[in-house]
Amino acid sequence: MMHITKHVAGLLLTALAGAFFAATLVRLAPGADSDERDFDPRLSAASIQALHGSRAADRNLGRYYAAYLRGLVRGDFGTSYSLKRPVRELLADRGPATLRLVGSGLFAGWALGLALAIIATQGKVGALKVFTSGLSTLLLCLPAALIGLVVLVARARWWWAIALIILPKVYSYARGLLDQVSKEPHVLLARAKGLGRARIFVWHVLPSIMPELLALAGISVSLAFSAAIPIEAVCDIPGVGQLAWQAALGRDLPILVTITLLLALITRAANVASDLAIAALHPQALPEAAL
Amino acid sequence: MKVLPLLLVSFSMSLQAAPELRFCLRNEPKTFDPALVEDDASETIRYLTGGVLMRVNRLTQELEPEFALSWKVLEGGRAITLHLRDNVKFSDGTPFSSDDVAYTFRRLMDPALHSATGDAFRSGEGNLAVIPDGPRKITLRFPAPVAGLDRMFDQAAIVSAHSSNRDAAVLGPFRVKEYKAGAHVELERNPWYWKHDSAGHPLPYIDAVHLDIQQNREIELLRFERGELQLINTLEPEHFERLSAKSPRSVYDSGPGMDSEFFWFNQSPAAPIAAYKKTWFQTTVFRKAISQAINREDLCRIVYRGHATPAAGPVSPANHQWVNAALKPPVYRPEQALHELAEAGFRFANGTLSDPSGHRVEFTMVTNSGNQARQRAAAMMQQDLERIGIRLNIATLDFPALLERMNRTLDYDAILLGLVNVDIDPNMQMNIWLSSSSMHSWNPKQAKPATAWEEEIDRLMRVQASQSDNRKRKAAFDRVQQIAAEQTPIIYLVNKNVLSAISPSVKGARPVPLAPQTFWNVERLTLDESVLQSRR
Amino acid sequence: MKKLAGAVLVLIFAAALGSDVLATASYRTQFREEPSAPPSAHHPLGTDELGRDRLSRLLYGSRISLMLAPAAALLATAIAALAGATAGYLGGWWERTFLGATDLSLSLPWMFFLMTVRALLPLDVSPAASITITFLLLGALGWAGPARIVRAAVVSMKRSEFMLQARASGSTGLGIVITHLLPNLKPVLIVQFLVSIPVFILSEANLGLLGLGVAEPMPSWGNLLRDLERFSEVRANPWLLAPAVMLVAVVVCLQIIAKREEFVA
Repeated sequence: MMHITKHVAGLLLTALAGAFFAATLVRLAPGADSDERDFDPRLSAASIQALHGSRAADRNLGRYYAAYLRGLVRGDFGTSYSLKRPVRELLADRGPATLRLVGSGLFAGWALGLALAIIATQGKVGALKVFTSGLSTLLLCLPAALIGLVVLVARARWWWAIALIILPKVYSYARGLLDQVSKEPHVLLARAKGLGRARIFVWHVLPSIMPELLALAGISVSLAFSAAIPIEAVCDIPGVGQLAWQAALGRDLPILVTITLLLALITRAANVASDLAIAALHPQALPEAAL
Repeated sequence: MKVLPLLLVSFSMSLQAAPELRFCLRNEPKTFDPALVEDDASETIRYLTGGVLMRVNRLTQELEPEFALSWKVLEGGRAITLHLRDNVKFSDGTPFSSDDVAYTFRRLMDPALHSATGDAFRSGEGNLAVIPDGPRKITLRFPAPVAGLDRMFDQAAIVSAHSSNRDAAVLGPFRVKEYKAGAHVELERNPWYWKHDSAGHPLPYIDAVHLDIQQNREIELLRFERGELQLINTLEPEHFERLSAKSPRSVYDSGPGMDSEFFWFNQSPAAPIAAYKKTWFQTTVFRKAISQAINREDLCRIVYRGHATPAAGPVSPANHQWVNAALKPPVYRPEQALHELAEAGFRFANGTLSDPSGHRVEFTMVTNSGNQARQRAAAMMQQDLERIGIRLNIATLDFPALLERMNRTLDYDAILLGLVNVDIDPNMQMNIWLSSSSMHSWNPKQAKPATAWEEEIDRLMRVQASQSDNRKRKAAFDRVQQIAAEQTPIIYLVNKNVLSAISPSVKGARPVPLAPQTFWNVERLTLDESVLQSRR
Repeated sequence: MKKLAGAVLVLIFAAALGSDVLATASYRTQFREEPSAPPSAHHPLGTDELGRDRLSRLLYGSRISLMLAPAAALLATAIAALAGATAGYLGGWWERTFLGATDLSLSLPWMFFLMTVRALLPLDVSPAASITITFLLLGALGWAGPARIVRAAVVSMKRSEFMLQARASGSTGLGIVITHLLPNLKPVLIVQFLVSIPVFILSEANLGLLGLGVAEPMPSWGNLLRDLERFSEVRANPWLLAPAVMLVAVVVCLQIIAKREEFVA
């Protein structure tokens, strides 16, 4: 019970800290007070004055943050500067698209990445190893936007773009770890004993690399969400990533702070989950290994 | 029995999607309230759904009656009497009358609303006076005379005063059926639209318009090539070339448009830049020499693939009514530029230009990121200026950061930008020419005019704003353009051509330089279904 | 195989460093009569939209990216190794703070920090300074994810038998770290280093949107790669893929060298 409360508290604290730092970063960046309407010759001086006045309330960081927290308690995430709609509504509209994109993309990326890594290390065909390494490297070297466009031209589902971005990272780590483990004494011993390849893989190789893979799984969630931003922006997918990108370009503070809060929450949750899984793998925990 | 399958086939063919015009909005529309429209996407929706009292015919550039049968401008542009059309209803069946006009304008002119459209009608302090004279006649008196008053009604879409659902009740050819944020806006025909063609058929011919929200031009091009879109309202020069190689019948170059590209030097005395640089930038000879040293022909040929013309001044030749036809674009003469700089005391030695006090002539031009054409133009100017020994550095910033430097900190040497969808009437540019304005780019918010020529421009702009006689207004504004050419506070580079793509399945389209270039006559466009089907 | 990879790498490096000599034209010169020209004897990779020789721009851009990206990757990997290993080994309060810091670092919109840095630099900052600062920042900000993986590896090592033995035999903190932890972390760190190089090269191009990175007329690999986003043009002019091919070649060669028995059956 204590553990759960501690974790929930940690989640909330991280999320709120994320929101606060995001607000700070955005306010300190150049152009925080500028609006492209400053450049519209039709607007009268009075209108522009009023425009600046409406943002003036948010200029004081402390006051902004306090107001934001108060709103948060009521479930109000603020109102977008440029779109003039409640942030909550915007996120509700766009959330499902991004969740589908990231969810399916992560799953496919991991499945393919692991599969290719296993094929490369366990298989015997040299050409296959070359092919998988080459493919992974190629995907690493292409801009996210280009991968998105390729997916579009191929008329594949959007989540393929996320999958192709996650794939090389999963593949590289998994391959590296699998290579390392296959040289370790306990694996060599198992081979010498004549155990089957599959048995060796499942009972000797996999458990050794689980902690790193679990940590990678945790951070790949935030990787996928970060990749969603350029993909959605370039491919015009109406998700939260596109919203985040437009908000960044428009210095739309309420949207940016809320998205960071949610992203921090998700990142923390994913990492806590992976930490717990890692701890579960090693029940003989040493005393000072507290989470 | 053979008849049945045939019947079924023809039945299913007619059941196939009713003709729907599909094209893209470049951004999410920020508002559906016609009074608050400021961005392109919202303006497109307003054009398609909003009914106005008078409309500027985009082809002839003449003002035509729409919901106002006739009008009379009074008191030198301070008031206007309108005779309204009879037997007209909004898209929800509510009748149209002078009440609606009164309501619309009262709302537009509400100072608390800060509407850009409304601000344009407010040329002085005071309130709007509305004098209805029955349901078919109304007089509006504005706080002060407004230059070009009647043409401005093209922007004021009339909203219903009495409808229970004001947001949905419109007078235009289409009304909003569905809006999916970030994805699309679906418009359907307005069943109550009053217009009919000469044969008595109700307009618009098309049943629906589907607007996808698509920022990526590459994807837009791809979808057009696949037949998923029928229009691309403004096409990039590279895409124009690519499309014209594949399907030459679908691309149009309508000649110079209203957009312009230009840059200016920071002449503000308060700018936190070196004093010797301020001296250069404030010297007319320096600015004119730079202007002469830039090869505008090359810019048009290479950056815009020949789809642009060198600019002579702030007004594009597409604006027949207001352009000063006597002005010609500066000729590319680097030797002449060097000669004039030498006369002003600059020295050109070892490929480097130095000012009279020995400082190497070097400055930084800032432009916004995300606009490749602008960055290429800057790179070309870099090489042009290198020929006369000037070192041009280029910095790209994102737009808000650039605006901050431009308006608040004034920390820049030169800024390269462009204006899109420039209004025809020079009165809309008032805030750029007035020296006291915050938008007087090169030296904003002057307490009193810093130079004699800026004082003269202030005077001339006020003259054109207070005149109702168009000839006098033109004379004044012609002189403003001439002074701008002589003093070169802003160096105008090119006027881009209007490039568009229209699928051969769209009939009746005539692309023009004024926005909206391809669908200004949307109510008379038709879709040739046979062409549509063969493309699928 | 390793020798071949090494030779290719040396060749590429030499070409990049010697680009002034090798290329037929400077990377800046605009041959305005030949914009967007296809490959020819004079311009082996054709010219770009302003008539500048693509090969020379590729080689010159490689020079910058090939030197700075590995340096940035090294920085990120080093920070990740240090932070992750320390947190994993020490546990307790250190580890909790570390975990919180990584979670925050992974979610914050760092682009605003980068914009602030840009605003603090003078507008006419030299391209060399700008790009060095860019890569330094990338290296300094890219530590969080890999650090977590390092920490996970260390945590699992800590609980393993050989660690118990090491401590039982009297080895202390630093000794354990050096003789036992680090060697076992090498595969993870090497992978991290190799993955970071192309990621940083691509990120540098994205930073161009914020005003960091290189300014015209300097080319960078990242910018050349971002040009590939103009998909319709790439389809018509496949030689535009040259920068991608070269980057893939470099990374593959590095992988071969680093992993020894990589491509052998």
